[in-house]
Amino acid sequence: MRPGGAVLGSVRRAAAPDPDPGGALSFGGFVARAARAGRLVVQPRMGFSDPGRMRTGLAATRSAAAVTVGTLTIDSYTRVGDHAGARAALAEGARLNGYPITAHSAEQTLAVLDGIADPAFPVQVRHGSSRPGAIVRALAAAGLYATEGGPVSYCLPYGRTPLADSVENWARACELLTELVPAPALPHLESFGGCMLGQLCPPGLLVALSLLEARFFTHHGIRSVSLSIAQQTDPAQDADAVRALRRLAAEFLPPDTDRHVVLYTYMGVYPRTEHGATLLLEDSARLAVRAGAQRLIVKTSAEAHRIPTVRENLRALETASAAADQAAEALRRNAPGPDPAGHSDSAVYREARAFVEAVLDLGDDPGRALRTAFARGVLDVPYCLHPDNAGRSRSFLDSAGRLCWAETGGMPIPPDKARDRARTPLTSDGLLAALYGVAARYDNPSPGGRILSPAPSPS
Amino acid sequence: MTILLTGTASDSHTWNLVYLRLFLEERGHRVTCLGPCVPDQLLVAACAESAPELVVISSVNGHGYRDGLSAVRSLRSAGLRMPVVVGGKLGVAGRTDPARRALLLEAGCDAVFDDGDVAALRAYTADLAATASPPLPVAPWAVA
Repeated sequence: MRPGGAVLGSVRRAAAPDPDPGGALSFGGFVARAARAGRLVVQPRMGFSDPGRMRTGLAATRSAAAVTVGTLTIDSYTRVGDHAGARAALAEGARLNGYPITAHSAEQTLAVLDGIADPAFPVQVRHGSSRPGAIVRALAAAGLYATEGGPVSYCLPYGRTPLADSVENWARACELLTELVPAPALPHLESFGGCMLGQLCPPGLLVALSLLEARFFTHHGIRSVSLSIAQQTDPAQDADAVRALRRLAAEFLPPDTDRHVVLYTYMGVYPRTEHGATLLLEDSARLAVRAGAQRLIVKTSAEAHRIPTVRENLRALETASAAADQAAEALRRNAPGPDPAGHSDSAVYREARAFVEAVLDLGDDPGRALRTAFARGVLDVPYCLHPDNAGRSRSFLDSAGRLCWAETGGMPIPPDKARDRARTPLTSDGLLAALYGVAARYDNPSPGGRILSPAPSPS
Repeated sequence: MTILLTGTASDSHTWNLVYLRLFLEERGHRVTCLGPCVPDQLLVAACAESAPELVVISSVNGHGYRDGLSAVRSLRSAGLRMPVVVGGKLGVAGRTDPARRALLLEAGCDAVFDDGDVAALRAYTADLAATASPPLPVAPWAVA
C-alpha cells in the first residue's frame, strides 16, 4: 500500500456513505448509499494469482481517495472449468491472469479478505465462466455475495459451451447463490450483457441483452442486480444507452428488485499513450455521471500493454473518481440532477425495446426465450464466432463515429439507412481501423482536445 | 495454403481470430477457424482430420506461453508434423520472455511471433506458401 493510504482511507471513509450497521450486507445497498451522497462508485478489474498480492491490491483499492468496491477477477483456467490446470499452474509458480478461487482454499481466500472486505467495502467476484457453479460455491464459502455474468454474455462470444448448457448452468448458479449466501447478506448479480463483444456491437442490442439477463436473474430468485453497458465509440450514443438501460430496467424488472447501472470504461483496444488513456478514462467517468450510471469499472493506462499493477489500478480509481466528482459538481450547478430516465426516447431506447419485446414474446421463461431468440436469429451478435449465434448481422462505424447496423438478418430492426456507404467487403485493415478508432482518437487528440484534470502522480 | 487458425485452451478472446482470418484470407489462404477456448484434444483431432498446411495459434490472455506449449506438445506427440506457429500477448508481463519462447521452439513450434507483428507472420506465410501449393484466388469476407 502506498504511504498515504491510511490518511486517504480515513478521508475516503468520511466522504463515503455511512454503511448501514443494522442492515443487510448488500452490494446494491452500498452503491445506492453512494448514489444518494452524490458519489460514483469506482471499481478496478483487479485479479492476481498470488494471495498476498491480491490482498495488497484489495487493501489499496479500499484506501483509495474514492468510493470504491473491491474486485477478485478470476483467472482463465478457472473460468473455463479447468480447475486442475489452475492448480498445476500455481504449483509451477506461473503467474496467472487472475485469482484462482477454486484452486486456493476457502481459508486462503478468507485470509486475503480478512479485515478488508466488510459492509463498508464489498468485494465482487468477476470471472467470465459459462460454468460458474464451482466459482459460486467458492465465493460463498469465502463469505462473498456479489458476482457477475449471465447465460448469454458469458457464453456466446467467448467460449464453446452450448448456449443451452450455459442457460442451465446460470439458472442453477442463481439458485445456488440464493441458497449458499446466508442472511442478512443479499446476493447480487451483475449482467455482463452490456459488454459482450461491445467494441463493435451497436448499443441497442447490448442494452437489451443486459436487461434480458437481469430478468433471467430475477426469474431465478435474485433480488439485487446491476445492469451493465460499455463506453463505446460515440459519447451521445453512449449516454443514450445508459439512459435506455435505466428506463427499461424500470419498465421490465420486478418493482421490488434492487438495481443500478454500471458503466465500463472502454473495453476495446486501449490508447497506448498515458494522456490518451487518462482522457478516455475521465470521459467515461463524466459519461457515467451525466447519464446516471451509479458504478464505473475503470481501466488503467497500462491496459494496452499488460496486466496492470496495483499502483496503476489505484491511480485509475482516483483519476476516475476526481473526474466524476467534478462532473457531479458541474451538474449540480447547472441542473437539478442527472437527467431523468423517463425522458429518453432515443434511437437506442427504441431499438433495445424492440429486441426486449421480441424476446419476451417468445415465452415466459427468460432462459428458454433467449435460446429461441438466438436459434431464430432474433438476437444475433455481430462478429461472434459461437455456433449458436446466427452470424448474419454486421455492424459498421458511420462517418460520425456512431455504431450502426449494416445487416440485421432475422432481428426485429431494420439496417441503418447509411449502410449503403458501408456496403464494401470488410478487410483486415478496415477491421483494424474500426477496432483502433477510439485509441487513435485519444492518442492523437485534435487541437481542441485536452485532459481536464491531471492524473495524480504516483507516490 | 490451407491454414487452421485457433485460440488456446483457456483464452476466450476472438477479435484476434476474426482479424487473422481476414488477414490470411486476403493473402489467398483457405482458413478454418476453430474459435476460442480450444482444448488440446480438439486441436489434435481437427489437425489429424483436415491435415492443414499450417497451424496458427493466437492468444492474448497472458497464458499463451503455457497454453501454446501444451498445444504444440500435444500435436507433436500425436505425430502431427505440419508447421505450427504461435503469436500474440503470450505472458502477463507485457514483454517477450526469451526462455519461454525458446521452450516453445524446442517443443516443436516453427515460429513465435510477438504481439502485433503481422509483418513477420506475413513473411513467414509467404515463404511457406512459395514452397507449398499455388495460392487460391482472394475471397474477402464480406461485411455486407
